[in-house]
Amino acid sequence: MTAMVAPLAWVCPVFGLGPLGHPPGVSHYLVVGAILFVCGVVCMATKRNALGVLMGIELVLNGANVNFVAFASPWLQADGARSIGLDGQAIAVFVIVLAAAEAAVALAITLNFYNNHATVDVDRADDLKG
Amino acid sequence: MIGAAVAVASTCCLGAVVPPLAVLDWHAVFFMLFAAAACGCALAVVLADNVVRMAFYLVLSLGATAGLFFLAGAEFVGAMQLMIYVGGTLVLLVFGVMLTAQAPFVSIKTSAGEKAVGGLLGGALLTLLLVAALSVEPWRRPGSVGPTEPSATPLGMALVGVRVDEPPARSPAVGRSGYLLPFEIISVHLLVVLVAAAYLARAKRRKTPRPVEMVASVEPPVSVAEHAAIGREAPAGVPARSGSVLVGGGS
Repeated sequence: MTAMVAPLAWVCPVFGLGPLGHPPGVSHYLVVGAILFVCGVVCMATKRNALGVLMGIELVLNGANVNFVAFASPWLQADGARSIGLDGQAIAVFVIVLAAAEAAVALAITLNFYNNHATVDVDRADDLKG
Repeated sequence: MIGAAVAVASTCCLGAVVPPLAVLDWHAVFFMLFAAAACGCALAVVLADNVVRMAFYLVLSLGATAGLFFLAGAEFVGAMQLMIYVGGTLVLLVFGVMLTAQAPFVSIKTSAGEKAVGGLLGGALLTLLLVAALSVEPWRRPGSVGPTEPSATPLGMALVGVRVDEPPARSPAVGRSGYLLPFEIISVHLLVVLVAAAYLARAKRRKTPRPVEMVASVEPPVSVAEHAAIGREAPAGVPARSGSVLVGGGS
């Protein structure tokens, strides 16, 4: 119960001093990561431009990165017992590098598709449909 | 639940509707600023139809996320986010937008039904994730955090295989070396991927040569360079071969 109330007291000023009186905890970072993740998923699902789908993928990876950094943060932990320490930051760096590689290859594929089909609409990419 | 909320509201000082400046937690203030920027710009990426504006909002969202990384004490990751994401990947994306932004493709409308289904599923997923995020109990007790060591040096040492930090107790990382093997794998992976991307995105050889190539193939390269020199004053240090290289290299 207290675990559910504490973030509410932080978010809504009715429950306490207001959002600016308490330091943020790990839950607040997780909320930001969840919002970024969902925005990316919706962007991937609804955009018809191939570059819009790519931007959705970037948003999803960033939401995951926010979670990794929050769990690894030395500022948000009471004692060192439950943090994942340096592993989270190393994984975040790897995710950033992999996102750069993925963006390069996906952009090359998109440009090839644009050269061959003269469009970037992903709904038109149905050549493999039997 | 409501009773506990009322109890919390009554125990926390009720009179402080507008907290004085000393009560403000600046970590919280900047967290609110960066979190609002990141979430708002991510929402704008979803809602915008113009792909150029989507790219701009994505730049803002990723920059605000880098600010969140700095606030969480991961300054090296935040710097890498700014340099690689905002400085590299987004420039790549903007180049892609510019190369494909013909008039009918700048804004491709999504049908209202697809938007409704996407919003519904996104709302369901958001509810699930928010319940999971809010059920994580706060790790931090008041007054328990002091200044910590900068994380760039331990991270860099761990990437070359030496752990100079103390891994948390009960962590599986205790007694292991750092991330030398993943570092090597990811560097070779990055090399392979970039070579493949350059191969995929290269200019294809055309069946019918473009007009400028026909000129280059008919006339000897030296005369092309002379043509280029007739129109304007030739720079002193430029060799005569540069004109032929420019014309002939575009196949």
